[in-house]
Amino acid sequence: MTAAAPETSTGGGTLDSRGTERGAFATLAHGIRLTPEFREGLVVTLLLALLATAGRVVVPVAVQQTLDNGLLRPEGPDLGLVRLACGAALVAVLVTAVAGYATNVRLYRTTERGLSALRVRAFRRVHDLSILHQAAERRGSLVSRVTSDVDTISTFMQWGGLLIVVSAAQVSLATVLMLLWSWQLTLLVYLCFLPLVFAVRLFQSRLEVAYTTVRERVGEMLGVVAETVVGAPVIRAYGVQARTAERLDRSVDATRTAQTRAQRIAAVTFSAGELVAAFATGAVVVGGVLLGAGGDLTTGRLVGFLFLVTLFVQPVQIATEVLNEAQNAVAGMRRVLGILDTPSDVADPVDGATLPEGPIDVRFESVRFAYPGGPDVLHDVDLTIAARTRVAVVGETGSGKTTFAKLLTRLMDPTSGRVLLGGVPLTELGFDSLRSRVVMVPQDGFLFDSTIAANVRFGRLDATDAEITRAFADLGLADWLEQLPEGVHTPVGERGDSLSVGERQLVAIARAYVADPDLLVLDEATSAVDPATEVRLQRALDSLTRGRTTLAIAHRLSTAEGADEVLVVDAGVVVQRGPHAELVQQDGVYARLHASWSSQTR
Amino acid sequence: MTAPNAPTTAPAPPVRTIRRGLGVLWVAVKEEPRIFAVSAVGSALFAITTIGQAYVFGAITKDVIVPSIRDGEAATAGLAIAFLAIMLTAALKVVGIVARRLGAGIMQYRLQATYRRRVTRRYLELPLSWHHEHPTGELLSNANSDVEATWYPIAPFPFAVGVIAMLVTTLGLLLVTDPVLAVVGSVVFPAIAVLTVVYSRRMSPLMTRAQQLRGEVSAIAHESFDGALVVKTLGREGQETDRFRARSDELRDTMTAVGRVRGTFDPIMEALPVVGVIAVLLAGTSRVGSGDITPDQLVRVAYLFTLLAFPVRAIGWVLNELPRSVVGWDRVQRVLTATGAQEHGTADLPGHGAAALSVEAVGFSYGAVGAADRVQVLHDITFDLRPGRTVALVGTTGSGKSTLATLLVRLLDPDTGRVAFDEVDLRALRPGAVAEVASLVPQSTFLFDDTVRGNITLGADLSDADVWAALRVAQADGFVAALPDALDTLVGERGTTLSGGQRQRLALARAVVRRPRLLVLDDATSSVDAQVEQRILAGLRDSGASATVVLVAYRLATIALADEVVFVDEGQITARGTHEELLATSSGYADLVHAYERSAAEQQHPRDDADATQPVVA
Repeated sequence: MTAAAPETSTGGGTLDSRGTERGAFATLAHGIRLTPEFREGLVVTLLLALLATAGRVVVPVAVQQTLDNGLLRPEGPDLGLVRLACGAALVAVLVTAVAGYATNVRLYRTTERGLSALRVRAFRRVHDLSILHQAAERRGSLVSRVTSDVDTISTFMQWGGLLIVVSAAQVSLATVLMLLWSWQLTLLVYLCFLPLVFAVRLFQSRLEVAYTTVRERVGEMLGVVAETVVGAPVIRAYGVQARTAERLDRSVDATRTAQTRAQRIAAVTFSAGELVAAFATGAVVVGGVLLGAGGDLTTGRLVGFLFLVTLFVQPVQIATEVLNEAQNAVAGMRRVLGILDTPSDVADPVDGATLPEGPIDVRFESVRFAYPGGPDVLHDVDLTIAARTRVAVVGETGSGKTTFAKLLTRLMDPTSGRVLLGGVPLTELGFDSLRSRVVMVPQDGFLFDSTIAANVRFGRLDATDAEITRAFADLGLADWLEQLPEGVHTPVGERGDSLSVGERQLVAIARAYVADPDLLVLDEATSAVDPATEVRLQRALDSLTRGRTTLAIAHRLSTAEGADEVLVVDAGVVVQRGPHAELVQQDGVYARLHASWSSQTR
Repeated sequence: MTAPNAPTTAPAPPVRTIRRGLGVLWVAVKEEPRIFAVSAVGSALFAITTIGQAYVFGAITKDVIVPSIRDGEAATAGLAIAFLAIMLTAALKVVGIVARRLGAGIMQYRLQATYRRRVTRRYLELPLSWHHEHPTGELLSNANSDVEATWYPIAPFPFAVGVIAMLVTTLGLLLVTDPVLAVVGSVVFPAIAVLTVVYSRRMSPLMTRAQQLRGEVSAIAHESFDGALVVKTLGREGQETDRFRARSDELRDTMTAVGRVRGTFDPIMEALPVVGVIAVLLAGTSRVGSGDITPDQLVRVAYLFTLLAFPVRAIGWVLNELPRSVVGWDRVQRVLTATGAQEHGTADLPGHGAAALSVEAVGFSYGAVGAADRVQVLHDITFDLRPGRTVALVGTTGSGKSTLATLLVRLLDPDTGRVAFDEVDLRALRPGAVAEVASLVPQSTFLFDDTVRGNITLGADLSDADVWAALRVAQADGFVAALPDALDTLVGERGTTLSGGQRQRLALARAVVRRPRLLVLDDATSSVDAQVEQRILAGLRDSGASATVVLVAYRLATIALADEVVFVDEGQITARGTHEELLATSSGYADLVHAYERSAAEQQHPRDDADATQPVVA
């Protein structure tokens, strides 16, 4: 991914919404531009589709030929001609079928290839978005943007899209034939259908709104269902099943109402096509008879013309039918593009620098940070952390400790100022180098639905089971690992739910440990671990991380006591720094925090 | 979405699938008989008027067009009637279309809504242990895409019913018109039907596979986005993308195979009616020649075939969707028929004030009964708590404390033994009684996408004064007052706009505001710093609420609040007594609670081993 576009680099944590201002065709064009796979062999596929369409015109021609020259001949039916016309028609049908087969196969291959690429690209982009952008969107909505939204595009391209192409071809061919037979009636038919085009456009915009609403309601409903499932313990513990049921019913009903409304508009649109077609047919009968009576039109041509009008009706019906799908597809495309159009504002620089070998030092140069639209969370932080030191960052809840860690690991960029690692500004540092040398263990040590070993291996892909077991032993967790039913192969359940919060944190630390970083950032990484284990872990980490730089954010001050240096953050400012022994003597925030901590633990 | 979601056997034989699918459709008809009737009648009207159109055209050809052009004189009255007839049939047809489409849509959406309600209602009824056995992604898809898939065939269903009526009528009319043409029709239309069945038979395993892959793709995305922070901090975006791509490409290949099958059948389906028309013309011309039928009859029949070409495929649409529908139905039924809902009694807990808690010989294992990976996490736990007492459950990480806390408020039932309030077994209490008496603040906080107030009251009728009082006890009044809309501030999905400590304090306030008679705090202050925690604990003590309290705790200050301590080790109570007693009698306990202090001592005298092993009592 390339550097961020400047226009949104200061913007809030929202996904790109320019798509909503883009028209339907512009959206599709933009989507195809971003997905070159769609264009592969498109021309041949379209030509084949046109060939397939030609077959549909065969029937009216056959009817016209049969009636005019075969049946209604003044000298009596000509069986030979009828057979000839029918034989030719059969050949055309055969060619049509073969072309239809080729069209379908090619279309599926191309679109599925394009959609899979689009899906994967959007998925990757979600991971490349900054944490602010990721947090701005509901998880379920992000998921649907890379799954069901792409599926609606697929449905449209494979069913509706083809139908539109075929229909357009059908209308064109029918027009050519009609012109050959009677330009006056052709004009008449067009006059009848022209208003319909405008009516359809009007309904189209209303349908678009209706389908967007459906989508939103479905999204909200999924949110409530997800709450019901994820919040199951709380719902039971507080006996709020009835209230939850009410919320569910409300969102389910809102979805149904929106769907019904959209359906109503679609039905009306469809009917309009039918009425217009009938009017056109009636007009052709009247006009044709008048023309025929004047000797300008044969009976066969007029009847054939009536068949050709039905060739108009079907595309119009299909067009309105397909409009539903088209609306869905455009809405889906818009949402997928919303992700692709959102620049990864905290982006991997092009030709990023590599961190110098060896231990890493950290420098903050007048760093200021504020969440979009919020007040400063960190004010003008200027500091240097020497390589190989163990630093503890302490402060009250909400003092800005975690922001500090997020800036340090480039999960976010400062609003102003800069952060340097090993002398290299973070914004110039390649992610490969950054993420392999700098690892942060967040408080919520998310685990994947797999085994302990697989989760630890996430830290280093080539770690063997033996190495993983040794990592736990190194961290003083051999006992814990042993009492698990299947050791490192114990499944952790979805999100690690089979383990307690503390146990999840143990696995998360082992995962960071095997990654073997030069700068380790622990953001309250042991907050749910019992004190004995925490101390053991702390001691193990201390000896194991000697020679690396570690930065630990903790509210348990035992961490600070063991650190080389303590940074005390208060209201976004580093108010004190120095070794524990020194700070605890000074009259200040740290002494206060420490006194409170001691009184609780001793 | 792993094993429990995957079909355990090969796809059912197609005839069976179609039969079962028709069974599902029958359920739909029984659920929504009236709206189905409306749409079916609409569809029939559509069918009749479609055929009617053929007749009108035949008549117009014969009585208006042919004579007018032959005589070179337009019959004005005839033309007006022709025009009116065309418009009238069309108007009736439109009525049919609207009734059919709107009816089918409403039926489909109503069924979706009904089953979504039933499925989610079931989620609320089934016990937590059932939830533990089913991944979130699976439950989400049961309520959403599976319900949707089940009722997918409803959209074209009334149309198909109408088409069948239309086919029968057509064959009848053909018989009346000319037996030879009827033979042609009776070959072509059944051929379409047979072909449709073959089609669905080839298609259904692919569709099932595609649906399953869609679920897997979505499950990967869900998990990966949930773990986005970990993915980012370890720089594993590429690896995650590869994992996603692998499934996405599998879905692509399956859909490409779908394209091949569709490519084979669709053109044949489309060609068949055309072939039928050509056959009609061939056969019809000689019949006209021999004087058995008139040219206008032939025109009518040919026109009828053209009209039927498109609608006949509606039968195919329904049949095509049936396999998917059956899979969805089965998955929805798995939820609706799941057993194991917690049984409730009828007993009430009439008392006031703190409740007495007794835990008697409780044993508990995770995993389905009889499963190989069943792990016993609690063994023979017994302890009593007199009303108003506070007990601290202390133990190492993974010792079973949280599980025990869950059992105390009956989120789970013990395998053996019992938990009782005021000597009443929790299982004997009426539904809702436990929640009225006891509040649990779990270790991991869960907030609803609602306002601060909504998250605290959870719909209970509580005054703002009560809410603020609870927030004060939880030390949350300060930050809530500073929020843009105070109590009316929306906290976002899972409370994402708040910090971990803030979320935890709201969860605490949620428990406190209910004035529970038993309060269970499962390490509920782990994300707040020491000073705030101390103020919270003081607030709890001073709030004057008379409650029996169970604390899962590590910090000495928290433990100090307790009248006594229960020390849990590997799922068993190994010691019980006051803090002082346990320090003297249980080395495991002493090791645990004095870990920090010992560590501090060591750091001050790193080489003095004696200091390190000798805990200093505070």
